[in-house]
Amino acid sequence: MNLSHFSAVLLFSLFTSVVFGITQRSEPKAMIRFGGYCFALFVGGVIVASWLMYFIKH
Amino acid sequence: MATRSQAALAGESKTLPIMALLAGWLIPGAGHLLVKKPIRAALLFVSITSMFFIGIGLQGKIYQPNTGDLLDMLNFAGDLGAGVLYVLARLLDWGHASVQIAIADYGTRFIVVAGLLNIMSAVDAHSLANGRKPL
Repeated sequence: MNLSHFSAVLLFSLFTSVVFGITQRSEPKAMIRFGGYCFALFVGGVIVASWLMYFIKH
Repeated sequence: MATRSQAALAGESKTLPIMALLAGWLIPGAGHLLVKKPIRAALLFVSITSMFFIGIGLQGKIYQPNTGDLLDMLNFAGDLGAGVLYVLARLLDWGHASVQIAIADYGTRFIVVAGLLNIMSAVDAHSLANGRKPL
């Protein structure tokens, strides 16, 4: 099995966000909202960190 | 205030919270199945087992006990959180004893995090069963 770094990030974020959503909230709507929030933070954080590293190097 | 389903669950068995915790640890999502939350159970099962098997597929490392290294012990505790999946991995010799390629480090993290997420879901099932978290 071979994954690109970004697809690994997407899969990690997806599965982790699903578990966070279910375990950290009580209502289904709040679960979906919190899961989406976690997913956006995971992926957004990686993109921001990647650009930071790019600008540090250049 | 306890809901009707909570009261019904409490009436079923006083050992339900412990059973939900143990079942949830051994099989991802089984604790939620015991407290009659099949959709959550299915989502947890798919998420945690997928993460674990992706980690195996990426040639991640399966940690073993008693290596003497503190970080190895912590990672072993994380791996152990996956319950039966960890036992299967040891019995069937899945994963690698050491990280061989760069992407395998991601695989190792996937396996450890799958175990930690499984512990979270087992504790959540326990909280649902004892009424600390509303059903």
